[in-house]
Amino acid sequence: MNKKFFIPLAAFMALIGLMLFGLSNDPKLIPSPFIGQSAPKFKLPRLYKPDQTISVEEMKGKVWVLNLWASWCVSCRAEHAVLTRFIAKEKVPTIGLNYKDYGTEDYGNDAVNWLSRLGNPYYAVAVDTKGMAGIDWGVVGVPETFVMDKKGIVRYKFTGPVYQQAVDDILVPLVEKLRKEEG
Amino acid sequence: MIPEIGHFALILALSVAIVQGVFPLWGSLTGKQHWVSMAKPAAYGQLFFLVISFACLLYAFIISDFSVKYVANNSNTQMPTVFRVSALWGAHEGSLLLWAMILSGWGAAVAFFSKGIPPIMLSRVLSIMGLVGVGFMLFVIVTSNPFERLLQIPLEGRQLNPLLQDFGLAIHPPMLYMGYVGLSVAYSFAMAAMIGGSLDASWVRWARPWTNIAWTFLTFGIALGSWWAYYELGWGGWWFWDPVENASLMPWIIGTALIHSLAVTEKRATFKTWTILLSILGFSLSLLGTFLVRSGVLTSVHSFASDPGRGLFILIFLLVVIGSSLVLFAFRAHKLRSIGSFSLISRESGLLVNNVILLVMTATVLLGTLYPLIIDALGAGKISVGPPYFNSVMVPLGIILFFVMGFGFHLRWKNDSIQRILKKTWIPLIVSLVAAFVLPLLVVSEFNYKTVLGLFAGSWITLSALMWVINLGRSPFKLPLASWGSVIAHIGMAMTVVGITLVSLYDTEKDVRLEKGQSYEMAGYKFAFEGVESHKVENYRANRATMVITQDGKHITTIHPEKRDYGRDAMPMTEAGIDAGFTRDLFVALGEPLGKNAWSFRIYHKPFVRWIWLGGVLMGFGGLLAALDKRYRRMRKIVVDVVDESSSKSKVTDGVTV
Repeated sequence: MNKKFFIPLAAFMALIGLMLFGLSNDPKLIPSPFIGQSAPKFKLPRLYKPDQTISVEEMKGKVWVLNLWASWCVSCRAEHAVLTRFIAKEKVPTIGLNYKDYGTEDYGNDAVNWLSRLGNPYYAVAVDTKGMAGIDWGVVGVPETFVMDKKGIVRYKFTGPVYQQAVDDILVPLVEKLRKEEG
Repeated sequence: MIPEIGHFALILALSVAIVQGVFPLWGSLTGKQHWVSMAKPAAYGQLFFLVISFACLLYAFIISDFSVKYVANNSNTQMPTVFRVSALWGAHEGSLLLWAMILSGWGAAVAFFSKGIPPIMLSRVLSIMGLVGVGFMLFVIVTSNPFERLLQIPLEGRQLNPLLQDFGLAIHPPMLYMGYVGLSVAYSFAMAAMIGGSLDASWVRWARPWTNIAWTFLTFGIALGSWWAYYELGWGGWWFWDPVENASLMPWIIGTALIHSLAVTEKRATFKTWTILLSILGFSLSLLGTFLVRSGVLTSVHSFASDPGRGLFILIFLLVVIGSSLVLFAFRAHKLRSIGSFSLISRESGLLVNNVILLVMTATVLLGTLYPLIIDALGAGKISVGPPYFNSVMVPLGIILFFVMGFGFHLRWKNDSIQRILKKTWIPLIVSLVAAFVLPLLVVSEFNYKTVLGLFAGSWITLSALMWVINLGRSPFKLPLASWGSVIAHIGMAMTVVGITLVSLYDTEKDVRLEKGQSYEMAGYKFAFEGVESHKVENYRANRATMVITQDGKHITTIHPEKRDYGRDAMPMTEAGIDAGFTRDLFVALGEPLGKNAWSFRIYHKPFVRWIWLGGVLMGFGGLLAALDKRYRRMRKIVVDVVDESSSKSKVTDGVTV
């Protein structure tokens, strides 16, 4: 038996050990860093009144929702009816954060056309052409929906299109609970 | 219905692969002839069912059947058909299915071209390939089923990453997979040889063309990937030492070493443990590469664990395949005694240097690629290793390698003398030294030792290879294809080296702001910007600039760099405008709009960049020529080469005929 022939095996076992470590490091155990933090600030032009702005500070004292959407996003179209019903029923002010949409560029006014076709449930629509606010909010994909309490703390984040069951089971109870909290 | 057929066919293929993996091997060990003979039909059967399964998934992509989750996640109706097809292997599940199909294809090919292989040996080879297939298909079925249905059927699918909507990249993964999986043939031969306890020249003779073909595919695949990165990413770079690239480079380097090591083992019955080890490592690195890239451990430590079930399966699979082969190697390698000694100055020594350097290069790349993981494991934060690390280790190693390479052609087996070698090589040595020092002085005024080294390496390899052909003194038409292949492949390497040297040292790059009508001058070329217009194509919208390039008032070309917007995914894509030439590329990437009629541009002048890929094409072509050599197809009646003692005891080599 020649010991040197065991060298490749030993090296390989070290590699496996290393990868086992990589495997045990589960990132999902770390909660989203935005929950429990103040809502990231932004001050962005409004879609319908580009010379005026909307900012996070304006929403202080209210329970409010931020919904990230874009006209190019098919899942946004899917959630729009559900979201519209939720906003109408709960009367919760919702800012639509229009993420990297066409309209400010030379493609035509897609965001406005989209809302005129599907209805505009938003309190205000903020235009984030460059996606900078999206980065601050740690956006992974569109759509995403955040719920903020009266102090402006992010309390909940929903990734992907909201569906009716999520509204009934999560969003509605949460909004009602937050409204009872101190401002 | 169709997706269910595909799923079912996949399960059938798995069942066949289990039969293929267990019975022929078992039969070969216990002497059950009818079990041994199951290997071939099983290999064909596995391919048959996998092709059906693959075709079903392909059909779902072509008709945009969004009830299939994998289709809905990776394809949509806006994309042209060719990209709906390539979307199949654009993500994890489908690419694994492609892998499994190609693996069974190689298995069936081995079975089909197996005339000269003794049935016992063939049964073992096919069994090993079957077992690897079992692992793959289990992985697909258990953790990554591409045929999974959605309860809520979406009207439109998600976008395939726009970067992947490109013809170059559509055919890049299948090429690479052909190469990765092709290395499984040499691996299976090595395993079969270790199980049988013998490694003789006939074994090696069978394995050589297969390894050459796999290497050829890898070469083309890597060259294609590099070329794609160059024109698609818009940075003008051609290699980034990115984990994904490294994953394909490592099996390629080991494959290169294996090709050379196989030559020694065939001709001289020595380097046996090297050959076996390199066969194992080549395929192991292919597996590691595919899995780790696909699961994301290399790009980011975190995404690896994003599906712990998958990650665990991968680890167990790697442990079983690589671990078992290395255990077998550890206990059996000493049996494969190499006979025949060689002196310090001999072709064997030259190739030993080749093997050692290539192995060190692979270890370097592996270390650099896994370094972020190691640092993270030590709790020292997250660091990634960049090009400086790779370049500072790989360049010196490469210089030694290329220096030895030039002599290697002329070295004799077993024993040679320095005087004889110098007599054979002094002409190319002097000519290339002169060329390396004089050429740069004629073109660029200042002296740069890096240029000299690169040009010397390139011309030295080329001239030495040509000198070797001349010294053989045979008519070029009578030279065996394998020799032609070798010469062409080495000249290809030389071309790539020269291309890399010149483009790394002499490329010019400039970010400029140009208004419509303005122009910019670089390296004697005048780039005049004539405006941007927007247009819409099937799967994207684009801003398209027009740039007229002139040299000394003479019109050279008009190019159209584009900024493409694929809509869904917000990242805009850069489609550079490139004027390709043998001695230089002019490369213009369109940047951002900067107000009234002004845009930012990035302009590059890249001397000899095309040589990098032309060299790659030559290398691949050389590999192909070598694989087609008649020598490999003409099996000798009896194995005349030296048979070592362990194999003479074994039954395996007994009935070798035709």
